[in-house]
Amino acid sequence: MRKIIKATAALAAALTAMPALAAWEPTKPVEIVVAAGAGGASDQMARMMQAAIQKNNLMKQPMVVSLKGGASGAEALMYMKSSEGDPNKVLIAYSLIYMLPLSAKIPFNWRELTPVSVIALDQFALWDNSKGPKTVKEFIDAAKAATWPFKMGGTGSKREDHVLTVFIEQKTGAKFSYLPYKSGGEAATQLVGGHIDSNVNNPSENLEVWRAGQVRPLCVFDKERISYTAKVTDTQSWHDIPTCKEEGLDIQYLMLRAMFLPGKVTQEQQEFYVDLFRKVVQTPEYKDYMEKQALKPIFLTGKDMLQFLEDDDALNKSLMTEAGFVAK
Amino acid sequence: MEAFGLLLHGFAVLLTWKTLALMMLGLVLGIFVGVLPGLGGPNGVAILLPLTFTMDPTSAIVMLSCIYWGALFGGAITSILFNIPGEAWSVATTFDGYPMAQQGRAAEALTAAFTSSFIGSLAAVLLITFLAPLISSFALKFGPPEFFAVYLLTFCSFVGLGREAKHKTVISMTLGLLLAGIGMDTVSGQLRMTFGSSELLRGINFLVAVIGLFGISEILLTMEERLALRGHAAAISLRVVLSVWKDLPKYWMTLLRSSVIGCWLGITPGGAIAASFMGYNLAKRFAKDQDSFGKGRIEGVFAPETAAHASGTSALLPMLALGIPGSGTAAILLGGLMVWGLNPGPLLFVEHKDFVWGLIASMYLGNVVGLVLVLTTVPVFASVLRVPFAAVAPMIVVSCAIGAYAIQNAMFDIWLMLGFGVVGYVFKKIGIPLAPLTLALVLGSRAEDAFRLSMIGSGGDIKVFWSNYLVGSITTLAIALLFWPLIDKGLGGVRLLWQPGKV
Repeated sequence: MRKIIKATAALAAALTAMPALAAWEPTKPVEIVVAAGAGGASDQMARMMQAAIQKNNLMKQPMVVSLKGGASGAEALMYMKSSEGDPNKVLIAYSLIYMLPLSAKIPFNWRELTPVSVIALDQFALWDNSKGPKTVKEFIDAAKAATWPFKMGGTGSKREDHVLTVFIEQKTGAKFSYLPYKSGGEAATQLVGGHIDSNVNNPSENLEVWRAGQVRPLCVFDKERISYTAKVTDTQSWHDIPTCKEEGLDIQYLMLRAMFLPGKVTQEQQEFYVDLFRKVVQTPEYKDYMEKQALKPIFLTGKDMLQFLEDDDALNKSLMTEAGFVAK
Repeated sequence: MEAFGLLLHGFAVLLTWKTLALMMLGLVLGIFVGVLPGLGGPNGVAILLPLTFTMDPTSAIVMLSCIYWGALFGGAITSILFNIPGEAWSVATTFDGYPMAQQGRAAEALTAAFTSSFIGSLAAVLLITFLAPLISSFALKFGPPEFFAVYLLTFCSFVGLGREAKHKTVISMTLGLLLAGIGMDTVSGQLRMTFGSSELLRGINFLVAVIGLFGISEILLTMEERLALRGHAAAISLRVVLSVWKDLPKYWMTLLRSSVIGCWLGITPGGAIAASFMGYNLAKRFAKDQDSFGKGRIEGVFAPETAAHASGTSALLPMLALGIPGSGTAAILLGGLMVWGLNPGPLLFVEHKDFVWGLIASMYLGNVVGLVLVLTTVPVFASVLRVPFAAVAPMIVVSCAIGAYAIQNAMFDIWLMLGFGVVGYVFKKIGIPLAPLTLALVLGSRAEDAFRLSMIGSGGDIKVFWSNYLVGSITTLAIALLFWPLIDKGLGGVRLLWQPGKV
């Protein structure tokens, strides 16, 4: 008797679930693959999305964050490449997808993955210790006048931070010795401790030490100021930081944050995730996170996204080539 | 009393049912692995580490450290009842513990072992509690040269203070450094020694290496030796416990001496093994009737157990505060911290107060609960040894393989683990210590990065390692420790104390 009741219940459940079956849906937990270490910007973003999806019931299956930061993130790229056809893994990518294959000759091409959406753009800023020079001009003058090259800290070698450092050198004629750390967090604490003179961290990486009054943002590497006007420190908001161009240092660089599926997934699977992230960017958790971390909102999918990626790839390639970072 | 307030905060973090349940689970598992020959502390922690990846860091470390305490307790059981040290640091416990068991005083010996373990740990935890807050204010002074000096200190003290032959330690360490170089080089952004293989891209995971080197190799050794397990039965009655405790004050000098030795050797990476031998040797040296040692004297159990536990516990302080592990198990916990996204080092005390003080509070609670647990469960655990080895071994191998696979979900890691198992077996056969290899695998790439960053910063000037008081004194100390045997010879016959009494 019990069995019959159970069977009927199961049948009823199956029937009510019928309409939903029309579209594809993950049948096991979905992995967000992070191509960076724990606590970094990608990891934080992945955890925010995990929470946003769970709290707003955007997906039946749970999401798990999977850290694959080995080999400066190459581990994650190779992992995605080898997961062809698996629709339960989604990569949270950044400019590493263009740069790593060039600098370290990793056999990887982002075109082999399935693009889902671009979900944000990350800023870079020039920071120095709060005891250091107060403006870009003073900073550059001090760097030029120094008998010993200023130390610039950053994440990894031949990557975004390193490229920016080379461009500052080229534009100003000042010399820096670049110290590659394992993470932006490390570069932040080293700046506070006075072991380096400056860094070009993302806003999120230096947020806490800025609020503690230990570091000073000199300028942001974008063509316009950051739009958020709420006070972050006692006196300043993100919007109060001048652009580097305003300060006479004409360099612009933004970093994408985009979601990718492995290659060879079906169209329905791709559409499910496009739709999922479209909903994610509308959640209060996401909006809150964007403001807190001073990220630039953007949402691109389909053709727009492909066009953006191709342009961005070309830009990064030319920057890397100019800086002399492309491995032969 | 900053430390006190923070400690109370730690207890507040800890006192949830979930954490307490994990703590009990960890202790039971720990005693279990401590009792099984061939598993033991480092291996147990290494194998069980992936289980904790899905937990939050505080619960995870509480459970793992409880496995560690449990293993420390468990090691004493086999030493006393079966004359098989479950752990290297329990070797000295067998000297007097097993004779006591033969004389029918097993319960007394076990009570003495557990009680002194408790006292040793307590001494070390008190030390950690009061030293830890000082360390966080130290935090920001560490730049690349300082970090390198600390790593150098660790490597040098392993060579200088280790009991093994120096050249063997160096061989093992060099091999570890070489293996640590595989994968992406942060400073140049290039791949090294991957030979085009995408499996080698992520480098050699030290946990995979550890599971193979310690776990698999020990199984191979045991298989070869056809270990026969025959032992003494034991049950502990309240009467015996009380009578041992009543006599405890008589041995205050031994307990105090061993605690001090243990704490010191735990913070410097001499480790629990050295500490237990030193504790035993010193107790013997200062005793009036030295001949009665080795014939079932209770002090012969008190001394090494107190020292081993004090050292095993205090080894966690340098691991948390400076990112340098004082023992093999601490080295594995260090790897765990990184997996959970906590960067060990001075800033841990600033940025992750909940975690650090939760852990310290768990040391207090874990030891109290552990003491009660071992006193009541000795007969159960002793019966584990009656299960035939042939039945236990496959289970251990399977759990090793699962452990190795789970770290990065890679089949390749299982082959790697088996390879390391053979390496570990050969090394144990020819007497090359495994700890330096593990250490180099954990710290090698960090040490290299710190060195190269220092060099970039100073423009290649080696004097940067003596550029200020802090880094200068650490570097000098490191070099002094490297040549410690020579210096020590010059100082006279103190060296005798480092040798084991008898093995």
